[in-house]
Amino acid sequence: MSTVSASIQEQMPKGVSLWDDAWTRLKKNKLAMFGLGFLLFVGVICLLTPWIAPYGYEAQNLRLGASPPSAEHWLGTDTFGRDMLTRIMYGGRVSLMVGFIATAVALVIGVTYGAVAGYAGGKVDAVMMRLVDIMYALPFMIFIILLMVVFGRNLLLLFLAIGAVEWLTMARIVRGQVQSLRQMEYVEAAISIGQAPSRIIAKHLLPNVLGPVIVYTTLTIPSVMLLEAFLSFLGLGIQPPQSSWGLLISYGVETMEEYPWLLIFPGLALTLTLFALNFLGDGLRDALDPKASRD
Amino acid sequence: MPLLTVRDLSVHFHTRNGLVKAVDGISFDVEAGKTLAIIGESGSGKSVVCYSMLGLVPMPPGRFEGGSAMLGDRDLLTMKESELRKVRGKGISIIFQDPMTSLNPYMKIGDQMIEPLQLHFGMGKKEAWKKATETLAEVGIKNPEERMNAWPFEFSGGMRQRVVIAMALITEPEIIIADEPTTALDVTVQAQILKLLKELQQRRNIGVIFISHDLSVVADIADHICVMQNGAFVEQGSRDDIFKRASHPYTQKLLSAVPDTHKTQAHPDAEQPLVRVENLCTWFGGGKKTEPVKAVDNVSFDIRRGEIVGLVGESGSGKSTTGRSILRLLKPTSGSIQFDGKELAHLDMRQMKPLRRRMQMIFQDPYASLNPRMTVYDTLAEPLLLHRVVTRKELDTRVFELMDSVGLARQAVLRYPHEFSGGQRQRIAIGRAIATHPEFIVADEPVSALDVTIQAQILDLLLDLVDRFNLTMLFVSHDLAVVRYLSDRILVMKDGQLVEEGNAADVFDRPEQAYTRELLASIPGKSLLEQRASQL
Repeated sequence: MSTVSASIQEQMPKGVSLWDDAWTRLKKNKLAMFGLGFLLFVGVICLLTPWIAPYGYEAQNLRLGASPPSAEHWLGTDTFGRDMLTRIMYGGRVSLMVGFIATAVALVIGVTYGAVAGYAGGKVDAVMMRLVDIMYALPFMIFIILLMVVFGRNLLLLFLAIGAVEWLTMARIVRGQVQSLRQMEYVEAAISIGQAPSRIIAKHLLPNVLGPVIVYTTLTIPSVMLLEAFLSFLGLGIQPPQSSWGLLISYGVETMEEYPWLLIFPGLALTLTLFALNFLGDGLRDALDPKASRD
Repeated sequence: MPLLTVRDLSVHFHTRNGLVKAVDGISFDVEAGKTLAIIGESGSGKSVVCYSMLGLVPMPPGRFEGGSAMLGDRDLLTMKESELRKVRGKGISIIFQDPMTSLNPYMKIGDQMIEPLQLHFGMGKKEAWKKATETLAEVGIKNPEERMNAWPFEFSGGMRQRVVIAMALITEPEIIIADEPTTALDVTVQAQILKLLKELQQRRNIGVIFISHDLSVVADIADHICVMQNGAFVEQGSRDDIFKRASHPYTQKLLSAVPDTHKTQAHPDAEQPLVRVENLCTWFGGGKKTEPVKAVDNVSFDIRRGEIVGLVGESGSGKSTTGRSILRLLKPTSGSIQFDGKELAHLDMRQMKPLRRRMQMIFQDPYASLNPRMTVYDTLAEPLLLHRVVTRKELDTRVFELMDSVGLARQAVLRYPHEFSGGQRQRIAIGRAIATHPEFIVADEPVSALDVTIQAQILDLLLDLVDRFNLTMLFVSHDLAVVRYLSDRILVMKDGQLVEEGNAADVFDRPEQAYTRELLASIPGKSLLEQRASQL
């Protein structure tokens, strides 16, 4: 959002922003970079799934039944003879989509809400945060089940429902951060030049709370994915023949003793992705934490 | 024989960005009953000298690169941690800078004080308690028996520092290291603490190492002064040697950074004042049962065009609140504020906006007053664009002009605040304040977070800008020497009220109020100023 003209951009030496600095630190963290790489890999595969998947996700081969990994079916087939690799790839699309979109919903609501409450302070803040407290107190499973019952099960609703639950913590984090940043003299300086509150929030406060927000986001995505897996496991999430990792795992559990590969492979996909996200989240926290030594 | 003999002490830090020679081959002696002062700017390594000897510097990354520190016949540098712990408890005590953080807030004063006695001397609780009470009395705490049971938050800053000093004394150390013990305190309290230290030292015949960035603070108490720069002593000698016959350019620079007065009296226009404050009250809190805090209580004064008015007072006197109320960063409870004939007290934020272009503020802490995510360019461009001072086309030129006026290199235009030193950051903040060509500026302690030599540069920059842009300024400060340096007129505040007002020379030479006299008497380094005056 810089207003710097092109000629200055070209001629003058660039400063090292705090983002550049954090990126340098993140690059040194091998585990986090591995996590980032793995996520990109999974992301690309899921994006390209419709074109590169070896079979259709509904294509059954009943004659084959549940067969262990083989040359034709690398990860075996399920009880309907559907290719597991394909199902996991399609499942990943849903799981990742839920993870990212629901988190994005939580992010938008939570950051806006928290920033406004934190900046306004006083009674507005008190009312807004009590509302959050009340939402916290609602048992969210019942909330989601009710939504599903009333509106029927669909993917979009699932995103919204999960997002509506996850934004609460985000709002609290942002509100706390904004509240302490409000005391900073640069915010007072912005007021003293006559800047409007909305611009102060957007320009001076939000960029400075982004660090903790990013960290919390990377840690929210896995919890959302787990939530989806959990809901699907209970039969409240995605409906067959569509698949998600949670759904695949739930089927896998039923047939665990006869056909262990039906549980192992989707389980592995979910676990590895969650690991990668957590490694990246930890790495980001270390990289963005201003208290980390800058010696 | 000296209590402590340090020879060729070197401490190097091995960091990611290479070797830092924090302390590089320094030698000094500490004698009983004498004060050795180590003077240097932040980052000069003065604290590392003392902390490394006591094993309080993490190693690695730090490492001793030779030298010795003999306490009696034992070398501190080769001692084991367990032996050092005994030295820290009994032989050498430390008084830290900030009395607000050096006491444990969850322990009563008495319990904190007897801890080292029980630990290092094996005293019983009763005996230790008695001794602690005596020591509290010695440092001038009234009702010591009662106060032993008080919590740290029940003490004021100065009283806490007395408690910290008592804790340092209680183990009867041979040497006390005082690390900027008065920097966090008000000037009158500072004078009391310095006096106390001097008395205690003579009574108990203790050797004191006094670390400070401020030459004027040690001017009255030091016997021997070491001037430190970049990890080495550039000059050391007796007090007279340093003050009268300083030869090293850095020492001379430090000496000349102690400001005296050379502001030429401005000739303000006699017409109507630019700012008129009448019966201003700014109160905080207060409800049905609680009394409000009267931060500013019924204050009236005028500021004429072209004047620099110094607003002086201790922390909590309401001087910053006054400045912020005038700029309407705070809402006054009652009273009137007129700016160029226009009443401000009742305007809302939107109505204030056009006026904000004409009145600006310079903040105290340049580390907090700049948005860390914005480049110099963005910081300076924000007010320009907001008030449409220039068109987009002229923006670059104007930003560069601003950088020139405050003495920043144009090359740095795309850099971020964390890439600058404190003084440079303050220059950026000043640039932002003068961007819209304001007529009136409130400077809230703009140099108190800076090193002395940098202070002098920033003060001169401010004077220069006042002249060049014909600014009117309200200069808020607790530091009388600084205020005297640049003010035409002085207002003295105490407990939210204005107690004295007058021309700078009058207030300094013929103060009317007892409180002002007390403030003036506490200016450190008076001997230094008097001496310089006699030389002229």
